[in-house]
Formats: sequence, C-alpha cells, structure tokens
Amino acid sequence: MDFVSQLQRKFIDYSSSLHREFTRLALYPVLANTQGIVDDQFTQLRKLEDENSPHFVMEVASLFFEDCGKLINNMAIALEQKQGVDFKQIDECIHQLKGSSSSIGAMRVKNACIAFRTFSDAKNREGCLRCLQQLSHEYSLLKNKLQTLFRVSVASRYLYVCLLIVSRENEHAEPFSDVLVFQLEQQIVAAGGSIPRVH
Amino acid sequence: MRVERVISDENDSFPVGMRVLAVDDDPTCLLLLETLLTKCNYNVTTTSQALTALKMLRENKNKFDLVISDVHMPDMDGFKLLELVGLEMDLPVIMLSANGDTKLVMKGITHGACDYLLKPVRIEELQNIWQHVIRRKKFDRKDRNGSGSQDKPYIDSSETAGLGNVDQNGKFNKKRKDQNEDEDEERDENGHDNEDLSTQKKPRVVWSVELHRKFVAAVNQLGIEKAVPKKILELMNVENLTRENVASHLQALFLNLTDLKFRLYLKRISCVANQQANMAAALGSVDSTHLRMGTMNGLGNFHTLAGPDQIHNAAFRSFQHSGVLRRLNTPAGVGISGLPSSGLVQLSPVNLGNTSTNQSKLQSFVIPGNHNANILQGMPMSLEFDQLQNNRAASHVRQFPSVDNTTVLPVSSISGSLIDAGCSNSPLLGVTSNSLLLEGSSQLPTLHASNVRDNVSGFPNRSTLSDFTSIGPASNQLHGSKADIQDQASPISCNAGKIISSAPQDWNAPKKEAPYQSNVPSCSINSLRAVNGDMAQLGQCLDQNNPIFNRNVGFDFVDPLPIKCSEGENLAMEPSVIEKEGYLMVQPSRWGSYIPDNEGENFAMEPSVIEKEGYLIVQPRRQGSYIPGNLGSLEDLASAMTKQDHDKGKPTDGDFGYNDYSLRTCI
Repeated sequence: MDFVSQLQRKFIDYSSSLHREFTRLALYPVLANTQGIVDDQFTQLRKLEDENSPHFVMEVASLFFEDCGKLINNMAIALEQKQGVDFKQIDECIHQLKGSSSSIGAMRVKNACIAFRTFSDAKNREGCLRCLQQLSHEYSLLKNKLQTLFRVSVASRYLYVCLLIVSRENEHAEPFSDVLVFQLEQQIVAAGGSIPRVH
Repeated sequence: MRVERVISDENDSFPVGMRVLAVDDDPTCLLLLETLLTKCNYNVTTTSQALTALKMLRENKNKFDLVISDVHMPDMDGFKLLELVGLEMDLPVIMLSANGDTKLVMKGITHGACDYLLKPVRIEELQNIWQHVIRRKKFDRKDRNGSGSQDKPYIDSSETAGLGNVDQNGKFNKKRKDQNEDEDEERDENGHDNEDLSTQKKPRVVWSVELHRKFVAAVNQLGIEKAVPKKILELMNVENLTRENVASHLQALFLNLTDLKFRLYLKRISCVANQQANMAAALGSVDSTHLRMGTMNGLGNFHTLAGPDQIHNAAFRSFQHSGVLRRLNTPAGVGISGLPSSGLVQLSPVNLGNTSTNQSKLQSFVIPGNHNANILQGMPMSLEFDQLQNNRAASHVRQFPSVDNTTVLPVSSISGSLIDAGCSNSPLLGVTSNSLLLEGSSQLPTLHASNVRDNVSGFPNRSTLSDFTSIGPASNQLHGSKADIQDQASPISCNAGKIISSAPQDWNAPKKEAPYQSNVPSCSINSLRAVNGDMAQLGQCLDQNNPIFNRNVGFDFVDPLPIKCSEGENLAMEPSVIEKEGYLMVQPSRWGSYIPDNEGENFAMEPSVIEKEGYLIVQPRRQGSYIPGNLGSLEDLASAMTKQDHDKGKPTDGDFGYNDYSLRTCI
C-alpha cells in the first residue's frame, strides 16, 4: 500500500510539473511579446503555421536573420568608408530592414530602424554609428529569443504529449483528468500562448 | 478550383484561385506574402526581380489576374513596373511598401495603382484584393451587355470599358471610358509606350445614316464656329454616344471635306500651274486669287464629285501613291515621292476612329525612336489644298495616315491633322475625308478654321501653310489620345460644314488670320497634344500645363516621332512656306519637343521644296518645336480629350468607323 501510494504521489508530482512546464513554454511567445521583442504581427505569423506550412515561422525567421545580417554588415561597411559615407545606400538598407522587420513582427528592430533613419537623413555619421550599434543589439536579442522560442515550441510539444498520455493513463488520478487538461489548454490560449499541434 | 476568367462564369467561386504575381526583392516579405496569399486561397507566383516579373507577364498576358509589387526594388522602380504593367497588360497592380508617405501613396495612385498597402501586410487586407480584379471585369462586362461583340476583359481590358447598345439603327456601339480605373488615368499620364495595345480591339462606333443626320443637324444648328464635340453631343442627344465619338466623327468629316476639296483643286491647278515652275521659297500669303480659285474649284467640284465612296477610293488611292503628285509636275512628284522613300514608316494600322487605341499605338510608335524617324522622313510634304486656302487649316500636324508611306495625301491640312489625329495610318481616313469633303464641300475650309479655332487657341500667324501636316508618322503620334483626335475632328467637321461658305474670305489673307490658322493648328495641336499626352505621359501631357503643348502650336508638321513633353525644347517654329501660284506648302517644323524618344533626332529632313503644279511641297524641316499661338482652347480640348482617352485605353477602330458610312448627308 505504502509503496503504491508513493508511486502515485510521484506520478502526481511529475504530472504537475509537466503541466507547469508546458504552460510556461506555451506562453513563451507571449512573454516575448510583452517584452516588445516581437509584436502582434509575429503572433499572426504563428497562426499561419498549419499543416501546409508546418515550419513557416522558422523559415521566415531564418530568411529574416540572413537578410538582416547582410544589411547590418553592409551598413557597417558603408559607415566605415573614409572617403565619404554613402548615406543613400544606408538609407536603402534601412528601408529594407524596416520592411522585413515589420513583416516578421520584430518590433524593436523596426523601431531601431526608424531612429536610425533620422540620423541617416541628417547625414550624421556619428549618430548613424550609434544607431547601428543599437540595431545590432536588438537584432541579437531578437535572434536569441526566436531561437529559444523554437526550442521551446519543440519542447512544449513533447510535454503536451506526455501530459495527454498521463491524463489518459490516470483515470483514477483526479488532478490529471482530461477535463483538467482541457482547462489547462484553455487557460494557455487565453493568455496568448498556443497549444502545440500533435497528430 | 482555379478560375481562369471571371467573366466566363459568373458562378465561379472567384476569388478562389485568383492568380497573383507577387514581386518583392525582400525574401522575408516575399515569403510572407506568398504564405498569406496562399492562405487566402489565391494562386501565387513570386519573384524577387521586377524584370523577371515583366517577362512572365509579357509571355502570357492572361496568365495573371493581379500583380502585387514592392515599391523599392533594386532592378526597377516599382512605379515604373506599375506603369508598364498597366500599359502593356492592363492588369490591376497593388503597390506595397514599408513607407507610407502620403506623397508616395499619391504617386502610386497617379501611376495607376489599384491600391497601396503598407508593410507589414496583413491577411485581412489581402483577402480583399480580389475586388480590384472583379471591379475591372465587371466594368467591362457591364458595358458590353447586349452588344454582340464582346471581348473578354482579359484580352481587351484596355481603357475601353465596353459597349452599350443604342437604340439607333442597331449598330451603334459605344465605347465607354473606364473612368473608374485609376490605372487608366495613370496610364495616360505616363505616356509610356505600349507594345501590345495595337493588338487590342476597341469597339467601333458606327455612324448610321440617322446618327449622322443628327450630327449634321447639330453642327448646323450650332454653327461652324461653335460646333464643338461637347455641344454637338448635347444637341444630338443620343444615348451612349460619347464626346469622343462625336469628335472623331467631326474630324473625319473635316478630313473628308478637305480631301475632296483638295482633289478638286488639284485638278484645276494642274492646268494652270503647269506653266509655272517657280520654286521660290518665299513665304507669302497665299494668293487670294489663287485661293479663291481653289475655293471655287473646290466648291464647285464638290458638287460634281461623285459619291463619297468614289471619292474615297479615288482620292485615297491617288493620295496614297502620290497620285496627286503624279498629276503634278515631275519635280513635285519627285519631291514628294522622295519623301516617302526616305523611309516613311507606314503607320500601319491607322485607327481612324480610335483615339484611344492610339494611345497605345501611339505609344508603341512613339517609343521606338526609329520608328518615328522613318515615319518622319516619309512625311509627305504635300500641301493641302485646303491649307493653301485656309491657312490656318494648316495645322498639319497631320499625320497622314499613309498606308504606303508617303503618300502625299493631298488631304488638306485640316484633314491631315484630323487624319493624323484620328487615324494615323488609316487609309480610311483619307477615304472618309473624301467623302466628307464631298459632303461638306465648300465648307471645308471653314470647317477647319472655325472649329479649330474654337478649340485651339490662336495659332500663330505663320504662313498659311505653315501647318503643313506631316503625313504618316505624325499620325501615329498624334494619335495619341483618341479624345484629342476626336475633338479635333469634331470641330473640324463642323467647320467644314459651315466654314466653307465663308472660306473664301478667309483665304485671302491666310496669314493674317490667326484664328484660322489656329484652327488648323488646333487640329495639329490637338493631335499633338494627344500624342504628347500619350507619349509623354498619358494624361498629363495633355494638360494645359504642358509647356510643350503650349508651345507647339506647330501644326506645321507633326513629327511622327513620339511626342514627348520636353520642357526645354526650343520652340522655334519655322514652317517653311512656299508660295507658289498661290499655293503654299508649308512644311511644318518639327515638333522637337514632341518627340520623346527621339532625343533630338531628326528625321532629318532638310526641307525640300518641290514644285508641283502650282504648289510647292516643302518637306518639314526639323526645327525646334514651335510655339503655337494661343493654344488655349486647343489645349483645353486636347487635355479634355486626352483625359478621356486615358480612360479609354486602346483605341479602337470603331471611332473612326466612317469607312462604311457613306456620307450622303451633307453637312
């Protein structure tokens, strides 16, 4: 008896932690959102992910990072020119970056671009350099967050599956019934997170 | 399910499967756009190069329903792509940009964009873009209801909206302008060449006997002086008849009259002029006697002329092959024939009636510079008989629609310009003119003058014949906006009817009669304007603000080359007017500024004066564009016409569908 109840206890604890982890991971994008790193547009992008384009967000984000990296590089080179800074080129880079970042929902990167533009229009090299630095920083931040997000989304999928299995297996354990799992899902979605798709 | 054409099946689940071409150099945005569009159930093709997009579109016009393009692209400006797509394929284009500056948005709209979206683009916005496609199609279809000839919107999606039936003799088609289409307007403004518009057909307006009777009645009622298309239209009170239709009819009428008159005159002159071989290049006023004689001849002959058809053919044929010239002394003939050989490019499909077509055609002609050059060279120098008589009528900007190049179309300048304007390259014009001439006979000169006058601001007093019309090539250019031509035609036609009677007096002092001149020039101007507009910018050029236009009263000679609004071109107009036996042939100076693509090229024609039986034919000289006198009304007319034209899209042959119409009704 004692042994069995101990096992049960362990099982319950394990399931609870599963719930918690899952909730945390599922709400991770929401977190990123509240931090301003990504905005609503990103949420929209995530919604676009479906059976037809299962890795859509990841693809778009990869493209963005590649593009953004190149543009930042070009701008850095342009600003380093001793002969004279080609502000027109910089302007174009900024414009493109602004477009990409707003498309993907990278709010802070976009804002950094807007600030950058004012300095570029004023042909202020120093100001531009500072802005570029800020821009790089935001870019790194975004990259980190998004990469974590991908890992989190993968992990959360696992957790979710486990959760389901546990709840099914444990008809007798009240805390983990299907109803409760369902309620958990609702809560997560209401908070802005998303339930991973499992087939 | 894929829907190929909306028109073909009302019940299709459009917009499902609507084919969209997305162009954006930013891969992130492009992928996003593709995904969003796919989510909207559209059929998406993407490319990051504007040139690739153009190539795809050109390969098959009907491959796509809609184009979405970014504004900032490295290989081509988004606005430029927008214009080209609008012009060539007449597809709705949506602009996309991260920059939402009002100025940019305005630019997009003026260039003809259906819509201007800001990045990041949202799916809700994309879900609605199919409206633009439907709107165009519906518009076309609606106009075509009931009409037998319906072109599929895809194919014939130019500015012509469609046809409507009139309760006339059952054959009246009306071409509606696509007023709702920004693109049309935009297209007009841009005046880009359209390489493929010539293949598009436009519905024709067929002038039944009854219609023509009404028309003539209206003209008579208004009086030559006041018979402008708009008023004629009002008086006629015919449903579904557009001003352009009336204008082109008027012009054709005018041309016919001029033609006829000219022929008659030539007959007379040939006898008299034979003895004189004066190649003096003196620009003198036309000998009043001469003119009068001409006039009389013309008048007299009008009555004796055979039916319009005969005239048509005869006149036209002779004109075409420098027939008239042949009647003249050899030198003259040579001179003239020489012209053609210089490579007058035939402006092939002249659309008599279609100004709108001409926009496109014009564009096509215009843009390729060489084209024009040839045409220009071929410009016939024949001086219109009428011109001689009516100096003013000189506006020969006429682009004579020489079918086989050169043809010194004896059509009077007025006709010339009309021809040019309306139907560049259409032999029919000549024919029409003839018939018109026959009908209107003596009125021709008046026609030119008064009507033109109404529309055109005062023409500078150049020698009477200054308005030499350059035949042929010019027509293409002049063709420009259909409206212009029509407008020109209308006034002219009106004038023809009424003016003729008063012509003689006018002829006496051709030079001095600025108004007269202006009349003629107006034709040219109109044409030019039209051309200009088309060439340079659909719609914008024809604005009165167009300096070129203002300057170029030069009806002298219309450069076949595309007319470009070139602002600083020198407008010295030097029509070369040679008086000979009272016959002045003026070679219009080149409208330098009007040749957009010919950066100053010249069709290099040294003015050559050829003496012909009684008249000298001077070939146009290239000179700077000249500034016409008061172009006021002409410009107004032109711009009005142009604007209308813009919306019209491709010109159709229909507008000048006089060919079938025998003008039995006299003006």
